[in-house]
Amino acid sequence: MVKVLQYAGQAVVYAAVAVLIGYFASRPLYQQFPDGQAQIKLSFAHGAARVRDCRRLTPQEIAKLPPNERRPNTCDRARVTVRVQLDLDGKIIYDADLPPTGLAGDGPARVYQKFAVPPGRHVLIARLRDGRDTAGFNYETRQEIELAPGQNLAVDFKSDVGGFIFQ
Amino acid sequence: MEILRAPLRFVFDRTERLLGLVFPPHWNPMLNLGALGFFFFWIITVSGVYVYIFFDTGVTQAYDSVEYMTHDQWYAAGVMRSLHRYASDGLIVVMLLHIAREFALDRYRGVRWFSWVTGVPVLVMVYAAGITGYWLVWDRLAQYVAIVSTEWLDQLPIFGEPIARNFLSAATLESRFFTLMVFIHIAVPLIALILLWVHLQRVSRPNINPPRGLAIGTLASLLVLSLVHPALSQGPADLSKVVGPIGLDWFYLPLYPVLEHWPGTVTWGGAGALLLMFIAIPWLPPLRKPPVARVDLPNCNGCMRCFNDCPYNAIAMRERSDGLPFERQAVVEPSLCVSCGICAGACPTATPFRRASELVAGIDLPDMTVAELREEVETRCAFRKDEIRILVFGCDHGVSLRGIDGASVKSISLRCIGQLPPSFIDYVLSKRLVDGVVLTGCSENSCYARLGIEWTNERVARERDPMLRARVPRERIRVLWAGRAGRRKLEALLTQFAGDLASLPPGASAVHKPDTREPSKELVDG
Repeated sequence: MVKVLQYAGQAVVYAAVAVLIGYFASRPLYQQFPDGQAQIKLSFAHGAARVRDCRRLTPQEIAKLPPNERRPNTCDRARVTVRVQLDLDGKIIYDADLPPTGLAGDGPARVYQKFAVPPGRHVLIARLRDGRDTAGFNYETRQEIELAPGQNLAVDFKSDVGGFIFQ
Repeated sequence: MEILRAPLRFVFDRTERLLGLVFPPHWNPMLNLGALGFFFFWIITVSGVYVYIFFDTGVTQAYDSVEYMTHDQWYAAGVMRSLHRYASDGLIVVMLLHIAREFALDRYRGVRWFSWVTGVPVLVMVYAAGITGYWLVWDRLAQYVAIVSTEWLDQLPIFGEPIARNFLSAATLESRFFTLMVFIHIAVPLIALILLWVHLQRVSRPNINPPRGLAIGTLASLLVLSLVHPALSQGPADLSKVVGPIGLDWFYLPLYPVLEHWPGTVTWGGAGALLLMFIAIPWLPPLRKPPVARVDLPNCNGCMRCFNDCPYNAIAMRERSDGLPFERQAVVEPSLCVSCGICAGACPTATPFRRASELVAGIDLPDMTVAELREEVETRCAFRKDEIRILVFGCDHGVSLRGIDGASVKSISLRCIGQLPPSFIDYVLSKRLVDGVVLTGCSENSCYARLGIEWTNERVARERDPMLRARVPRERIRVLWAGRAGRRKLEALLTQFAGDLASLPPGASAVHKPDTREPSKELVDG
């Protein structure tokens, strides 16, 4: 009888552990994003213009170089910062200077930003400056968008396809 | 640290006792946490291999292949998938309990630092393996895990392009990424297995297999859970939508909401600090180690009993160095010795009957020698003649013996009950110093020095050298493995034992049994 009770007790322990594991393996539910909102995600990696143009080396400068390193041009590695701006319905929701990455400041500038926005019809303008000018933008894309609740709109940038891409 | 350890120890003691009501001592899950961890690992491996047969690593095929397993082949691959999931959760549970229990019982400092420190990367690896596993299903939970994980990694300034961009939209996602994830998901547990091997390197006879009954019960409960509440996907991932409410696995992902909302400097700084703290715990503060065991070569004949019994591989047998006509001699490795004294308990020369020569054991603890123990036994056994006389041998980590002494009870606390040479029981009973002997200590299967209880049980049962002589009347011996929380049990046992002893004919020699065993030449009985 004692043995039967012991086995029953063990069954209770196993059941309790199984319930615990089964429940916490997927409950309670977690709400990551506010209900009824949409999201705009801005992300790209883009190499801006160099801080200085490449220039031709003078014959004297070339002569000073070791024979195996002689070349006609020299270029500074450093790049300028990228300025990016996101305008939603006339309101600037993101405006930032993105420094180049890398120890020598020669890598691409990168951004990864998320914005929760109300669903519905919006006008989204994305602007980017990647040159040495200090005013204005080299790229600007204006798009009317219709966001459904829970929709995720990705805003990418690729200079080789003409600028911003809305996906 | 004791402030943290004491309440935890209390909780573990109570839980262990509670489980002890329904589980036999060797089946108690609390006493088999490490072994259960291995058992879950094997379940995960077997179920993972089976599931992998049907899994497709393509972006668009991954989800469908998992759905096929879950619904079309629910009876085999579906059950295997659930077993894979739930055994992984079980592994986290037993692993965290194992860590907490070793901490509570102060079994992580001193020599044991090695097992503790090598366990830390195992913990990290198990989490990494679990998280990449969730990723592979490519449902909405996988989408959440992938995005939060990569966003967190992107907080480190080491990636030229944010790796979270892989999940920017369906157009940026590639199947190659899944192939990489599968590789990580398989490689990481393999590395964890190697680390587990390292984790056990300084432990002799590690308990890596749970007793059959516990294994059957555990597997059966996971199977029932898998059939009643199968693991399901949470809808296909869709990068054009944000992830709505999801069912997180709170065993693996409890910190994901934190990673998502707190700045990277805090989360990476916190994770780094936590990891460093975990690694440094054995030295916060370091254990004050008593002097390690010492070999006395003139009394050591290289019999290897101490070598066989040491729970920490701290004794090596080397070629004889003193010219005595024996092949080997015992050598103590101080960095591995925990000063438990089990070696002294195993030494056939550690017998209190020795009178012709000075009582010096072949191996002994310098600050608690066998000679001192004999002296203490003789001093403590100054009972009144008209009382029932009971001598309790306990250990510093088991039932507290403080205040237990009275007119008919005297106690001696050892480093470990395995430190007691069985000849001491024979000595006190045959010399009629006491009427009965109680051996007590940690909970069964929970010996602080790992093997002291096991060896003591086997020595008393005459299954392991040095054996308790057959002439010793077993009805005058009681054994109680009850741990720190077992004081009441000990008191009850003493009361009952005194009654039992009173009903026996007087004198320990009343129930002599002939010792049929050929006396060992190595035993030095007086």
